Order: sequence, then C-alpha cells, then structure tokens
Amino acid sequence: MKFVDEFRDPDMAKAILERIHTLVDEIPQAQERPLQIMEVCGGHTHSIFRYGLEELLPDKIELVHGPGCPVCVLPMGRVDDCVAIAEQPDVIFTTFGDAMRVPGSKKSLQQAKAEGCDIRMVYSPMDALALARKHPDKKVVFFGLGFETTMPSTALTVKQAEKEGIKNFYLFCNHITIIPTIKAILDSPDMYIDGFLGPGHVSMVIGQAPYEFISAQYNRPLIISGFEPLDVLQSLLMVLEQLKAGEAKIENQYKRIVPDGGNMQALRAVSDVFELREFFEWRGLGSIDHSGVRIRDGYAQYDAERAFALPNLKIADPKSCQCGEVLKGVIKPWQCKVFGKQCTPETPMGALMVSTEGACSAYYSYGKIDTKSIA
Amino acid sequence: MCLGIPGQIVEIKDAAEGMAMVNVSGVKREVNLGCVLPEDGNLDALIGRWTLVHVGFAMSLIDEEEAQKTLEILAELGELQEELDAMQNSEVD
Repeated sequence: MKFVDEFRDPDMAKAILERIHTLVDEIPQAQERPLQIMEVCGGHTHSIFRYGLEELLPDKIELVHGPGCPVCVLPMGRVDDCVAIAEQPDVIFTTFGDAMRVPGSKKSLQQAKAEGCDIRMVYSPMDALALARKHPDKKVVFFGLGFETTMPSTALTVKQAEKEGIKNFYLFCNHITIIPTIKAILDSPDMYIDGFLGPGHVSMVIGQAPYEFISAQYNRPLIISGFEPLDVLQSLLMVLEQLKAGEAKIENQYKRIVPDGGNMQALRAVSDVFELREFFEWRGLGSIDHSGVRIRDGYAQYDAERAFALPNLKIADPKSCQCGEVLKGVIKPWQCKVFGKQCTPETPMGALMVSTEGACSAYYSYGKIDTKSIA
Repeated sequence: MCLGIPGQIVEIKDAAEGMAMVNVSGVKREVNLGCVLPEDGNLDALIGRWTLVHVGFAMSLIDEEEAQKTLEILAELGELQEELDAMQNSEVD
C-alpha cells in the first residue's frame, strides 16, 4: 500500500481527500447508509488496490468493484469452446496471455496446451494474422475478447485479412459491450449504486454520449475517469459534488485522453465488422441482452463460430461461487463462502479471482480484508 | 491489454497499410495506425508523436508529459513489464 505522501502530487491528493471527507457529511443519503460508488473498469480496481485508496476514504463511501474485467467475466462454456477449437487438427489457436488460466468446465487453455494443443500467446491480433500468412496449411484462430477498447483492433485485423485475401484466419469473437452491462446492473433489484466511475479507455473509443441514459433514465452520475490515483480521487470528488447538488450528469475527468465524441475511425471499423448479439452469457451475471457482438454476414468466412463445430454449451457457474453478488456490490469478496479457501489466484473457481483486475484477486493479493467483519 | 502502453512513433514502415514502428520503453514494435490516421493522409506528420498502444494498435495520440506519467503508473501497477514481455514474447513463428 502507498501513503499519500508518496503520491505524485501529495498536496493535491490531501486537498482532494479533505474535500471528500467534508462533502460526504453534507450529503443527506450518506448519513443513512454508506454511499455506493462503482468503478466499472478493472483498471480502476487495480489502481484503487495498488494505492490503497479505500483506506483513505471516509467510512460513508463504499467502492463497488464492477464487471469491467473482460477476462474475469468470460463464461466457462466459452472457454470450453476455445479448447474444442484448439483440439481440432491443423489448428493454431492464438490468445492474449491473460486468458490462458481462465478455468473451463474441464480444463483451461493452459492445460490444453500442456496436453499438446498448438496454443500460442500473442500480443496482438495482427500477430495471429502474421501466423496465418506464415502457415497457409494451418487454420489460425484468434480468440478475440475485451470491451470496446480492443474491439477496433480485431475489427481492423479482420478487414486486413480480407484485403490480403487470407483464407486461413478466423476470429472467435467474444467481445462484450459496456453499456448494456451497466444497464443490467442498474436494473438489478438487489443493488443500489449511487454513482459510477466510467471506464477511461472504453470511453476513448465510444465517447461520452452512450452514457447519457444513466443520467436521463436512472438519475445517477457517471464520471469518465483516468487511472492515476489522483484521477480516481478527483472523479470520486466529482461524483460527490453532484450528489450534494442533487444532480446526475455524465462528466469527463479524463479529457486528456477521452474526446467527447470518441474515436470515429475505431467506431467505423467496429460497426463495419461487428453487430450486436441478441444476448451474451457472463460469468457471475448470467445472460445480458445485447451485451456481446458477433461478426456480420459480410465477414462470415472469418467467423470461427461458423467454421468450427462448437459445443456451445451453457455451463453454470459453480454453486458455491458468489461472483455475481460481489459484482453488484451486494457482498464483499471476503464474504463469499469460498474466498481464500477453495478459490485463490492459483486455483481460481470464480471469475473475479482469475485476473489481477478482478475484485477478489485484488483483495486477496493486497490483503485488504476487513477482519472485524470476518469473524 | 486494457490499459495500453505509451510509445513514440519513430518510422512509417508501410504508408499504404498504415503501419509504423513505435518505440515502447526501448522495445521496437510494429503498430497499426488505422485508428489515428490524419485527415490529410500524411502519415509522416505522425513521426515523433506519442501514442497510446493497445494490443498493437495506436488508439490515440497523446502528449509527451501524459506518456511519461502513464509509463510511471504502469510501472507502479506492475503492468509495464507485463506488457513489454507480452510484446517481446509474442509467439509469431
């Protein structure tokens, strides 16, 4: 954990924290129960734990660590599909390293690789395309995952494959989209979030406008935020200022990276190649309408879901897992029955223990457990 | 993968394909410029500029101060080395 004195600008951090502590006492609803503010993005979760920001905040503020870690929310059935593709003859299956350890119902990609499947960790979908060029006798499949931040890169890679006439490149598309997910959280009956910190790099692509419904229909503030501890503190302060004033607006704290309109070139590539699915399955949250994208008919030849026979089974999360409740802020990670027992970063059972950006893994690794409440 | 990493565009490798060489903390990597193409199509104007790179794609142009600050925080989060490793160890052979 870091202390304020070690922050890049300790005076500024202290001033913001002082203002947060004063302001929270002036917000009527915070006097009845702690305010719940959700950071949607796993990058924020990581930063909050790394810098110990929760300990610096008043007790009247609770941070809820949201679903914005695409590796964490990958359902077991999709991992099984990956393994099924990788087990086909003449396939080179490529993936970001983050996804290797995510458990499927029988095995992870890492286990499948150990058993002899040709599975390769690549840095970029363009590297998967390079493999396809090098190995025309193999089918090279790229496991595309991530929110809008990485969607443009796979879209542009598919377009590049088409431009070059490459016939042995396939995308297994598991991209998910943030807006329907936030809506599902807002519609969930067992949660009460007072405000949101919006994701920085997703917003760099989609801009500010898609969030407007959160203010217009749900009357909640959302602040698009950067990742530095000072960014996070400043964004929290902006949420509190709105709550104090009885406002609910979408604001952009991260203007130095996030243009209000997003990135048009990226959005154009995404909408050329992808279309919304009717629904997509999430680990911990279940099925959410329109929360994933698939490849359009025009690019069907690159679609691994059409090229390979997939088990495509819905595998329920383990019963003892309470990832969904943690994601919605209903319980804290250490209140889950299997936290730190059957479920650890080495042997993750639940989604949130898988990646360093998952709430449970962060709690586990940074030892932030409220022992008073554990007994 | 989600946080990206800042790098400096040092050379245009293939203007027709929008590919540039980017220096990321001393590691050279070919990066796709498809999301940051200048309106006038003059890619050479990007040489020397800093960019935030996500999985091999330049996703936005940033100033040098922001780039340095971001590199520092990535190092503190332990994600700088992880990203550079992923870049250098990509299994492309």
